[in-house]
Amino acid sequence: MLTKRIIACLDVHGGRVVKGVQFVDIVDAGDPAALAARHAREGADEIVLLDITATHEGRQTLLETVRRTARELFVPFTVGGGIKSAEEAAQVFEAGADKISVNSAALADPTLISEIGMSFGAQAVVVAIDARRDSDAQNPVRDAQVFVQGGRKPAGRRVVEWAREAEERGAGEILLTSMDADGTRAGFDCELTAAVSEAVSIPVIASGGAGTVAHFADVFGRGKADAALAASIFHFGVSSARSLKEELVAAGVAVRLPC
Amino acid sequence: MRVTVIDYKAGNLTSVLKALRYLGAEPVVTDSALSLIEGAERIVLPGVGHFAATERLDSTGMTGAIREAVGRGVPFLGICVGMQWLYAGSTEAAGQAGLGEFGEECSRFPECGEKVPHVGWNSLEVEGTPRLMKGVKDGEYVYFTHSYRAPVGADTAAVANYIEPFAAAVERGNVMGVQFHPEKSGETGLKILRNFLEWTC
Repeated sequence: MLTKRIIACLDVHGGRVVKGVQFVDIVDAGDPAALAARHAREGADEIVLLDITATHEGRQTLLETVRRTARELFVPFTVGGGIKSAEEAAQVFEAGADKISVNSAALADPTLISEIGMSFGAQAVVVAIDARRDSDAQNPVRDAQVFVQGGRKPAGRRVVEWAREAEERGAGEILLTSMDADGTRAGFDCELTAAVSEAVSIPVIASGGAGTVAHFADVFGRGKADAALAASIFHFGVSSARSLKEELVAAGVAVRLPC
Repeated sequence: MRVTVIDYKAGNLTSVLKALRYLGAEPVVTDSALSLIEGAERIVLPGVGHFAATERLDSTGMTGAIREAVGRGVPFLGICVGMQWLYAGSTEAAGQAGLGEFGEECSRFPECGEKVPHVGWNSLEVEGTPRLMKGVKDGEYVYFTHSYRAPVGADTAAVANYIEPFAAAVERGNVMGVQFHPEKSGETGLKILRNFLEWTC
């Protein structure tokens, strides 16, 4: 049976993990390659590495980080953050990413989605969407506003119509972050996630708001998410992807337990 | 051990090459050199794109060279679209023939409210005692990402279930294929790739 995916997310800056999943008991908590390997070993279904550097010099560091992280990583590996062109995407794939995630650049030029998909396959293109409910809209959830530049600027798009366009243009997956829920640890925005998941046929990865194991069970159930991003689950009383998954199994959620 | 990896410009080879190297093999990539295929000791045909991309195998003459190599017993592994190519064809690209090693045709998952593509970790049921699946137990998980699949048939080595059962792996003699991505399937995937690298007639 197809299982729900738990995706470990690492935010990197200058080749180091700056936030996200951190361990207190490993010496080099900030090394992306070491952390990615450890998460994979402990049962994370995928690794996402988000570059928050976004400077020209930073790109070369990022490629080196991707290369090092990918070397002995045998689960799907997504890299995002500041990818603006098909050429930049190609470099990231060349360095060892299996998928790239695009956000602001895809909103600025939606043809980027199909351009990358044409060369590397639709499965390799994740469109990341940052959305905030719009209380002034007729439907505050379906018409949640899409933001760019790390949530600083409205993109003038609505979440469901943009997700549908991204799918039509050949996106392989949607990574949906609720800006309302992000950082609250009060749970994922299940209504927002369900609205997007029901509107598209491609998988939706829920992000933002996880605080407890029950929140994951909730977003897989009510939220109809296919996967959930765990940015800092280890602050929430579980010590590893394995224990998160063991608790999810006990809650009746189908997940892959590591051997 | 040298492994000839065929590049038909359908996606990224990096992960497959990395996994083969990790397992101690020496992959060599070709997108046309028939001599590399003719002299191949072992062949891998990856693929994450559209079935239509396999046309390049025909136009470069690689199809004939592969057929000849397979005929003299060279172990062959097709991955994802590379597995589908072992069949007669796929409804994804009508008129584009596959190798025809297996007679069935690949087709899209039916529309029935479930998401298509099928993306994520799904469990395997091993059929019989295929050599490719040596050491793989029922219920082990591998990573899939695809919208088309082959039907279960006499040569199916492992079955996965999404909407309905389909062929997750196929094996007949030296010709093998996997619908999932062994290079992205953790320890289980590496075990399957190792079985392929250790395959001898």
